[in-house]
Amino acid sequence: MNSIQVNGISKAYGKVQAVQDIHLDIQSGELFGLIGPDGAGKTTLFRILATLLLADAGDATVAGWDVVRDFRQIRRHLGYMPGRFSLYQDLTVEENLRFFATIFGTSIEENYDLIKDIYQQIEPFRKRRAGQLSGGMKQKLALSCALIHAPRVLFLDEPTTGVDAVSRQEFWEMLQRLKAKNITILVSTPYMDEAQLCDRIGLIRQGRILSVAPPDELTAAYPHPLFEVGAQNRYQLLQDLREYSPTRSVFPFGEFLHLSTRHPVDPMDIREFLAARQHREVVVRPTEATVEDCFMNL
Amino acid sequence: MRTILVLIRKELLQVFRNKAMLPLLTVVPVVQLIVLSFAASNEVKDLKVAIYDQDHSTYSRRLTQKFAASTYFLLSGAPQNLQDAELLLQKDEADIVLLIPAGMERDLYRLQRADMQLLVNAVNGSKGGIANGYANRVIQDFNREVRAEIAPQILAMTAGQGRIEVNFQHWYNPLLDYRTFMVPGILGTLVTILILVLTAMNVVREREIGTIEQLNVTPIRKYQLILGKLLPFLLIGLFDLAIGLIAGKLIFNIPIIGSIWLIFGFCVLNLLAVLAIGMLISTMADTQQQAMFIAWFFMMIFILMGGLFTPIDSMPQWAQYLTYPNPIAHFVEVMRQVMLKGSTFADVQEHFVAMAIVSLFFGTLAVWTYRKTGA
Repeated sequence: MNSIQVNGISKAYGKVQAVQDIHLDIQSGELFGLIGPDGAGKTTLFRILATLLLADAGDATVAGWDVVRDFRQIRRHLGYMPGRFSLYQDLTVEENLRFFATIFGTSIEENYDLIKDIYQQIEPFRKRRAGQLSGGMKQKLALSCALIHAPRVLFLDEPTTGVDAVSRQEFWEMLQRLKAKNITILVSTPYMDEAQLCDRIGLIRQGRILSVAPPDELTAAYPHPLFEVGAQNRYQLLQDLREYSPTRSVFPFGEFLHLSTRHPVDPMDIREFLAARQHREVVVRPTEATVEDCFMNL
Repeated sequence: MRTILVLIRKELLQVFRNKAMLPLLTVVPVVQLIVLSFAASNEVKDLKVAIYDQDHSTYSRRLTQKFAASTYFLLSGAPQNLQDAELLLQKDEADIVLLIPAGMERDLYRLQRADMQLLVNAVNGSKGGIANGYANRVIQDFNREVRAEIAPQILAMTAGQGRIEVNFQHWYNPLLDYRTFMVPGILGTLVTILILVLTAMNVVREREIGTIEQLNVTPIRKYQLILGKLLPFLLIGLFDLAIGLIAGKLIFNIPIIGSIWLIFGFCVLNLLAVLAIGMLISTMADTQQQAMFIAWFFMMIFILMGGLFTPIDSMPQWAQYLTYPNPIAHFVEVMRQVMLKGSTFADVQEHFVAMAIVSLFFGTLAVWTYRKTGA
């Protein structure tokens, strides 16, 4: 059964086309990642699916309910965590959680199982005001509040933006556990490394979905030869590689550069080219494409 | 119902957790009531009078003495020429200058009449008018004494003719105590303004912080959200009215002749109107700063056209129409009527009707714009 279905959704703010003709099918219990740079239209799509915004065209269903006609049903069964921390900063951790539980006609105790893993980590601070929590703890509280009514579908809009690396990793582990409880999760992120952790990802740019596939398939389908290139002077290396005739694209990737070429090239050939330009400590080796490479390729 | 209660609880929790808020809602209104009621006085006292006496006669000195003896006047100078007299007015060292021409006493004896001139500083029109009135009273008084001495026969003649004597009594505020008049009005104004600002800032605050986004994806219905927002402030408003009335009774001993329940009943309706206006401001603004400025604009009009300081009856007709939707105008009026005159519901029902219309109108508008903004 399709948990989220999007048919040709478009939305414009004035002259700016925020999202255009979006089509998506997300399976029940799937962890689906929406990957794209800032301003790609991720939040707009979220807001439309969360019944907060009306689309100009197209329709969509969430958990089988139409986002316009059945918005009440959706609101009852949807957990939404906006990109910006939007709980009451002047209420304590516990008060926030209890407030949202009661609004959904449930209690913390009733659904404690679902949030236990997450909430236990912030429970020692339950008398502390939400505004005084650290970024990672705020995130956990927000997720707890989004889960307290045992939603069928969970929307997470850039949940890890501005969160440290350790907390990010923990957060994704939590999502994997929630997925195991058959909750459909739609998550957006600008971090390509997180994309690898999703069941399927959709690449979105300038309001359009460019491709939808499991991350492995996406990277396996990368059509060009790809090399990891390193040298002592990285900036000069980048400049020189741009002048290398087989180069399709070259961009920094971690401590190396990723170089894709128009046609298969012998790594020795690249090494010679760089040696001729006085580069030292040159490393050139073929490499597997990542989601980021695929994204840059589009 | 449970949802509304949870919302109210959350709202009150937030209000009372805010360290600045609690004193703002309890102590500050009482302090304001006390300070304003003591300070806002319309009574004109200690008028500075300068007398340019060119006559230097017994009578001119007696007139000077009369001014000096009056509780309304302070002798502030005795200029010896016209320039000095005008300078005193100019420098604000005199509110009024009395010019006694040379030969006044002589004229009184010979012609049984004399002329004098009053120069009144009328920058503040009403104060000038009052000063003029007081000065004339002193002079008339003096006139009568003088006539009795110089021309008793004239006095006897006029005494024979039928003269109308007017006696008057001050009802509802027999001692003409200014505070009795002001305290109910100030209290009504304070409660209205406080609740207006609180409501105007509230919903917009949720929007600014982003919490409204989280509320909107919950099953909370719109009417629940609105009631959950309004009821806490209604309670706070009634609470402030109660402590204000207690403070007024204890400190100023203001009379509460009419029904206290009528006052509270009207307060509920009045606050509903204020809450509706506050909600409307909240839906129109995107930030608390914007809301503050819009609320400020309404506040100024409401206060200045509320009849607290300047009677609405003496405003031009079009301005009187403008005061119809002004909650402060009705509140001030009802407070004074019920507390001082003991008016009953029948006497003030027109104000109930007005407030019901205003609440309905702005309430509908607020709900409607809330839906349109969709946030």
